[in-house]
Amino acid sequence: MTSAMTSAIVVFPGTNRERDMAEALELASGRPPAMVWHRDTDLPEADLIVVPGGFSYGDYLRAGAMAAHSPVLRSVVEAARRGAAVLGVCNGFQILVEAGLLPGALLRNASLKFVCRDIGVRIETGGTIFASGYNAGQTLRMPVAHHDGNYFADAETLDRLEGEGRIAFRYAPLEGEGADRFNPNGSVRNIAGIYNEAGNVLGMMPHPENAVRPDQGSTDGRGLFAGLAAALG
Amino acid sequence: MRARVHVTLKPGVLDPQGKAIAHALEALGFDGVADVRQGKYIEIDLEDGGSGEGNAGAAEARVSEMCEKLLANTVIENYRVEIDS
Repeated sequence: MTSAMTSAIVVFPGTNRERDMAEALELASGRPPAMVWHRDTDLPEADLIVVPGGFSYGDYLRAGAMAAHSPVLRSVVEAARRGAAVLGVCNGFQILVEAGLLPGALLRNASLKFVCRDIGVRIETGGTIFASGYNAGQTLRMPVAHHDGNYFADAETLDRLEGEGRIAFRYAPLEGEGADRFNPNGSVRNIAGIYNEAGNVLGMMPHPENAVRPDQGSTDGRGLFAGLAAALG
Repeated sequence: MRARVHVTLKPGVLDPQGKAIAHALEALGFDGVADVRQGKYIEIDLEDGGSGEGNAGAAEARVSEMCEKLLANTVIENYRVEIDS
Protein backbone atom coordinates (compact mmCIF):
# COMPACT_ATOMS: atom_id res chain seq x y z
CA MET A 1 0.00 0.00 0.00
CA THR A 2 1.24 3.50 -0.70
CA SER A 3 0.04 6.71 0.80
CA ALA A 4 1.39 10.26 0.66
CA MET A 5 1.41 10.35 4.48
CA THR A 6 4.81 11.30 5.91
CA SER A 7 5.68 10.40 9.48
CA ALA A 8 8.38 10.91 12.08
CA ILE A 9 9.18 8.91 15.22
CA VAL A 10 10.79 10.62 18.21
CA VAL A 11 13.45 8.50 19.94
CA PHE A 12 14.77 9.03 23.48
CA PRO A 13 17.42 7.13 25.42
CA GLY A 14 15.41 4.15 26.73
CA THR A 15 12.79 4.14 23.96
CA ASN A 16 12.42 0.55 22.75
CA ARG A 17 9.37 0.24 20.47
CA GLU A 18 10.51 2.62 17.73
CA ARG A 19 11.39 -0.16 15.28
CA ASP A 20 8.04 -1.90 15.74
CA MET A 21 6.35 1.46 15.17
CA ALA A 22 8.47 2.14 12.05
CA GLU A 23 7.52 -1.25 10.64
CA ALA A 24 3.81 -0.68 11.24
CA LEU A 25 3.94 2.79 9.65
CA GLU A 26 5.86 1.57 6.61
CA LEU A 27 3.43 -1.33 6.21
CA ALA A 28 0.51 1.10 6.12
CA SER A 29 1.97 3.94 4.08
CA GLY A 30 4.76 2.36 2.02
CA ARG A 31 7.15 5.02 3.35
CA PRO A 32 9.70 4.64 6.12
CA PRO A 33 9.25 7.23 8.88
CA ALA A 34 12.00 9.71 9.79
CA MET A 35 13.67 8.78 13.07
CA VAL A 36 14.29 11.87 15.21
CA TRP A 37 16.80 11.70 18.08
CA HIS A 38 15.82 13.54 21.25
CA ARG A 39 18.61 16.12 20.93
CA ASP A 40 17.29 17.32 17.58
CA THR A 41 15.15 20.38 17.93
CA ASP A 42 14.20 20.48 14.26
CA LEU A 43 11.40 18.08 13.55
CA PRO A 44 11.13 17.20 9.88
CA GLU A 45 7.88 18.26 8.23
CA ALA A 46 5.58 15.29 8.75
CA ASP A 47 1.84 14.66 8.71
CA LEU A 48 2.13 12.36 11.71
CA ILE A 49 4.52 12.49 14.66
CA VAL A 50 4.74 9.39 16.85
CA VAL A 51 6.12 9.20 20.39
CA PRO A 52 6.63 5.45 20.83
CA GLY A 53 6.82 3.15 23.84
CA GLY A 54 9.72 2.23 26.07
CA PHE A 55 11.29 3.63 29.21
CA SER A 56 12.59 7.05 28.23
CA TYR A 57 15.27 8.21 30.69
CA GLY A 58 14.68 5.07 32.75
CA ASP A 59 11.31 6.42 33.98
CA TYR A 60 13.31 8.65 36.36
CA LEU A 61 11.21 10.89 38.62
CA ARG A 62 7.92 9.83 36.91
CA ALA A 63 7.35 7.89 33.69
CA GLY A 64 7.57 10.42 30.85
CA ALA A 65 8.56 13.40 33.03
CA MET A 66 12.12 13.81 31.71
CA ALA A 67 11.24 13.34 28.04
CA ALA A 68 8.36 15.81 28.37
CA HIS A 69 10.89 18.56 29.10
CA SER A 70 13.40 17.68 26.38
CA PRO A 71 14.02 20.11 23.48
CA VAL A 72 12.45 17.84 20.85
CA LEU A 73 9.19 17.65 22.82
CA ARG A 74 8.85 21.43 22.65
CA SER A 75 8.92 21.03 18.86
CA VAL A 76 6.31 18.25 19.09
CA VAL A 77 4.05 20.50 21.22
CA GLU A 78 4.41 23.32 18.68
CA ALA A 79 3.66 20.97 15.77
CA ALA A 80 0.57 19.69 17.62
CA ARG A 81 -0.62 23.27 18.19
CA ARG A 82 -0.20 23.90 14.44
CA GLY A 83 -2.45 20.88 13.80
CA ALA A 84 -0.04 18.01 13.02
CA ALA A 85 -1.35 14.59 14.04
CA VAL A 86 0.48 13.28 17.11
CA LEU A 87 0.24 9.71 18.40
CA GLY A 88 1.69 8.69 21.77
CA VAL A 89 1.72 4.99 22.62
CA CYS A 90 2.45 3.64 26.12
CA ASN A 91 5.47 5.66 27.31
CA GLY A 92 4.55 8.08 24.51
CA PHE A 93 1.13 8.54 26.16
CA GLN A 94 2.84 9.16 29.51
CA ILE A 95 5.11 11.75 27.84
CA LEU A 96 2.22 13.60 26.14
CA VAL A 97 0.34 13.76 29.45
CA GLU A 98 3.43 15.05 31.28
CA ALA A 99 3.95 17.63 28.51
CA GLY A 100 0.40 18.91 29.01
CA LEU A 101 -0.85 17.97 25.52
CA LEU A 102 -3.39 15.60 27.11
CA PRO A 103 -5.16 15.91 30.49
CA GLY A 104 -4.82 13.59 33.48
CA ALA A 105 -1.99 11.35 34.65
CA LEU A 106 -0.86 7.72 34.42
CA LEU A 107 -0.34 6.15 37.82
CA ARG A 108 1.27 2.88 38.88
CA ASN A 109 -0.91 -0.13 37.91
CA ALA A 110 -3.40 -0.94 40.65
CA SER A 111 -1.92 -4.48 40.86
CA LEU A 112 1.57 -2.92 41.32
CA LYS A 113 2.73 -5.46 38.71
CA PHE A 114 4.08 -4.91 35.23
CA VAL A 115 1.38 -6.23 32.91
CA CYS A 116 2.21 -7.73 29.51
CA ARG A 117 -0.62 -9.54 27.72
CA ASP A 118 -3.28 -9.20 25.04
CA ILE A 119 -6.30 -7.16 26.04
CA GLY A 120 -9.55 -6.03 24.42
CA VAL A 121 -9.74 -2.42 23.25
CA ARG A 122 -13.15 -1.02 22.32
CA ILE A 123 -13.43 1.88 19.88
CA GLU A 124 -15.45 4.49 21.80
CA THR A 125 -15.40 7.32 19.28
CA GLY A 126 -15.52 6.69 15.55
CA GLY A 127 -14.93 9.06 12.66
CA THR A 128 -11.63 10.54 13.88
CA ILE A 129 -8.42 10.52 11.81
CA PHE A 130 -7.08 7.81 14.13
CA ALA A 131 -10.20 5.62 14.11
CA SER A 132 -11.22 6.00 10.46
CA GLY A 133 -10.19 2.39 9.85
CA TYR A 134 -12.60 1.07 12.49
CA ASN A 135 -16.26 1.17 13.49
CA ALA A 136 -17.34 2.61 16.82
CA GLY A 137 -18.14 -0.18 19.27
CA GLN A 138 -15.73 -2.64 17.64
CA THR A 139 -13.42 -4.51 20.06
CA LEU A 140 -9.81 -5.07 18.98
CA ARG A 141 -7.15 -7.42 20.32
CA MET A 142 -3.73 -5.96 20.99
CA PRO A 143 -1.09 -6.19 23.71
CA VAL A 144 -0.33 -3.91 26.63
CA ALA A 145 3.10 -3.86 28.29
CA HIS A 146 3.44 -1.34 31.10
CA HIS A 147 3.87 -0.67 34.80
CA ASP A 148 2.27 2.79 34.90
CA GLY A 149 -0.88 2.70 32.81
CA ASN A 150 -3.51 3.44 35.41
CA TYR A 151 -5.22 6.49 33.91
CA PHE A 152 -6.41 9.07 36.40
CA ALA A 153 -8.18 12.42 36.07
CA ASP A 154 -10.62 14.24 38.33
CA ALA A 155 -14.35 13.61 37.82
CA GLU A 156 -14.87 16.99 36.15
CA THR A 157 -12.16 16.28 33.55
CA LEU A 158 -13.54 12.78 32.93
CA ASP A 159 -17.06 14.09 32.42
CA ARG A 160 -15.72 16.69 29.99
CA LEU A 161 -13.77 14.02 28.05
CA GLU A 162 -16.88 11.85 27.81
CA GLY A 163 -19.14 14.75 26.87
CA GLU A 164 -16.79 15.91 24.11
CA GLY A 165 -16.28 12.45 22.59
CA ARG A 166 -12.63 12.43 23.62
CA ILE A 167 -12.48 8.90 25.06
CA ALA A 168 -10.79 7.15 22.15
CA PHE A 169 -10.64 3.62 23.58
CA ARG A 170 -11.78 1.69 26.63
CA TYR A 171 -10.61 -1.68 27.87
CA ALA A 172 -13.26 -4.30 27.13
CA PRO A 173 -13.48 -8.07 27.66
CA LEU A 174 -12.07 -10.32 24.97
CA GLU A 175 -14.20 -13.33 24.14
CA GLY A 176 -14.49 -15.50 27.25
CA GLU A 177 -12.69 -13.01 29.49
CA GLY A 178 -14.11 -12.33 32.94
CA ALA A 179 -15.46 -8.95 33.98
CA ASP A 180 -12.85 -8.70 36.74
CA ARG A 181 -9.88 -9.12 34.41
CA PHE A 182 -10.31 -7.02 31.29
CA ASN A 183 -9.06 -3.74 32.80
CA PRO A 184 -5.33 -4.50 33.09
CA ASN A 185 -4.24 -1.57 35.25
CA GLY A 186 -7.17 -0.11 37.22
CA SER A 187 -7.70 2.83 34.84
CA VAL A 188 -10.61 5.02 35.86
CA ARG A 189 -13.73 4.32 33.76
CA ASN A 190 -11.68 1.68 31.88
CA ILE A 191 -9.99 4.39 29.80
CA ALA A 192 -7.29 3.08 27.44
CA GLY A 193 -6.79 6.15 25.22
CA ILE A 194 -7.90 9.78 24.93
CA TYR A 195 -7.91 12.65 22.42
CA ASN A 196 -7.00 16.28 22.93
CA GLU A 197 -9.63 18.96 22.42
CA ALA A 198 -8.84 19.47 18.72
CA GLY A 199 -8.76 15.71 18.04
CA ASN A 200 -5.30 15.75 16.44
CA VAL A 201 -3.48 14.23 19.45
CA LEU A 202 -4.12 10.67 20.64
CA GLY A 203 -2.54 9.00 23.66
CA MET A 204 -3.09 5.28 24.30
CA MET A 205 -1.57 2.57 26.51
CA PRO A 206 -2.15 -0.49 24.23
CA HIS A 207 0.33 -1.22 21.43
CA PRO A 208 -1.33 -1.23 17.98
CA GLU A 209 2.13 -1.45 16.38
CA ASN A 210 2.53 -4.90 17.94
CA ALA A 211 -0.67 -6.18 16.35
CA VAL A 212 0.01 -5.79 12.63
CA ARG A 213 1.41 -9.21 11.60
CA PRO A 214 -0.26 -12.61 11.95
CA ASP A 215 2.76 -13.98 13.87
CA GLN A 216 2.14 -11.32 16.53
CA GLY A 217 -1.17 -13.00 17.33
CA SER A 218 -3.39 -10.22 16.01
CA THR A 219 -3.57 -7.84 13.08
CA ASP A 220 -6.22 -5.63 14.68
CA GLY A 221 -3.74 -2.75 15.04
CA ARG A 222 -3.39 -2.37 11.28
CA GLY A 223 -6.61 -0.40 11.00
CA LEU A 224 -5.19 2.46 13.05
CA PHE A 225 -2.21 2.95 10.74
CA ALA A 226 -4.18 2.26 7.56
CA GLY A 227 -6.82 4.74 8.71
CA LEU A 228 -4.16 7.39 9.35
CA ALA A 229 -2.49 6.70 5.99
CA ALA A 230 -5.86 7.17 4.27
CA ALA A 231 -6.85 10.25 6.29
CA LEU A 232 -3.48 12.02 6.08
CA GLY A 233 -2.23 10.72 2.72
CA MET B 1 21.61 26.66 51.09
CA ARG B 2 19.68 23.44 50.94
CA ALA B 3 16.10 22.94 49.81
CA ARG B 4 14.15 19.92 50.98
CA VAL B 5 11.21 19.00 48.79
CA HIS B 6 8.48 16.58 49.80
CA VAL B 7 6.21 15.33 47.01
CA THR B 8 3.11 13.41 48.08
CA LEU B 9 0.01 12.11 46.32
CA LYS B 10 -3.05 14.31 46.70
CA PRO B 11 -5.80 13.05 48.99
CA GLY B 12 -8.23 10.99 46.91
CA VAL B 13 -5.57 9.70 44.51
CA LEU B 14 -5.31 5.94 45.00
CA ASP B 15 -1.87 4.89 46.28
CA PRO B 16 -1.45 1.15 45.67
CA GLN B 17 2.19 1.28 46.82
CA GLY B 18 1.14 2.82 50.12
CA LYS B 19 -1.48 0.09 50.50
CA ALA B 20 1.10 -2.64 49.82
CA ILE B 21 3.44 -1.11 52.43
CA ALA B 22 0.59 -1.06 54.96
CA HIS B 23 -0.12 -4.74 54.29
CA ALA B 24 3.57 -5.61 54.63
CA LEU B 25 3.78 -3.77 57.95
CA GLU B 26 0.73 -5.67 59.16
CA ALA B 27 2.29 -8.96 58.04
CA LEU B 28 5.42 -8.08 60.05
CA GLY B 29 3.28 -7.74 63.15
CA PHE B 30 3.16 -3.95 63.40
CA ASP B 31 -0.29 -3.25 64.79
CA GLY B 32 -2.13 0.02 64.63
CA VAL B 33 -1.19 1.13 61.11
CA ALA B 34 -4.34 2.88 59.89
CA ASP B 35 -3.05 4.04 56.50
CA VAL B 36 0.21 4.56 54.56
CA ARG B 37 0.77 7.13 51.83
CA GLN B 38 4.16 7.06 50.12
CA GLY B 39 5.89 9.89 48.31
CA LYS B 40 9.26 11.32 47.29
CA TYR B 41 11.86 13.35 49.13
CA ILE B 42 14.30 15.45 47.09
CA GLU B 43 17.27 17.47 48.38
CA ILE B 44 18.55 20.33 46.28
CA ASP B 45 21.78 22.17 47.12
CA LEU B 46 21.52 25.73 45.91
CA GLU B 47 24.48 27.94 45.13
CA ASP B 48 25.09 30.24 48.05
CA GLY B 49 23.21 33.49 47.58
CA GLY B 50 23.94 34.51 51.19
CA SER B 51 21.71 33.92 54.17
CA GLY B 52 18.96 36.18 55.47
CA GLU B 53 15.24 36.13 55.12
CA GLY B 54 15.12 37.74 51.67
CA ASN B 55 17.39 35.10 50.16
CA ALA B 56 15.53 32.22 51.81
CA GLY B 57 12.27 33.62 50.46
CA ALA B 58 13.71 33.93 46.95
CA ALA B 59 15.08 30.38 47.14
CA GLU B 60 11.71 29.06 48.25
CA ALA B 61 9.99 30.78 45.33
CA ARG B 62 12.58 29.39 42.93
CA VAL B 63 12.23 25.82 44.23
CA SER B 64 8.44 26.09 44.14
CA GLU B 65 8.76 26.97 40.45
CA MET B 66 10.94 23.85 40.01
CA CYS B 67 8.17 21.79 41.64
CA GLU B 68 5.49 23.26 39.37
CA LYS B 69 7.55 22.65 36.22
CA LEU B 70 9.18 19.30 36.90
CA LEU B 71 9.51 17.86 40.40
CA ALA B 72 5.79 17.33 41.03
CA ASN B 73 2.92 16.45 38.72
CA THR B 74 0.33 18.79 40.15
CA VAL B 75 -2.51 16.81 38.59
CA ILE B 76 -1.91 14.08 41.16
CA GLU B 77 0.72 15.38 43.60
CA ASN B 78 1.18 18.07 46.24
CA TYR B 79 4.59 19.42 47.20
CA ARG B 80 6.10 21.13 50.23
CA VAL B 81 9.36 23.09 50.20
CA GLU B 82 11.62 23.71 53.22
CA ILE B 83 14.72 25.89 53.02
CA ASP B 84 17.68 25.32 55.40
CA SER B 85 19.96 28.28 55.54
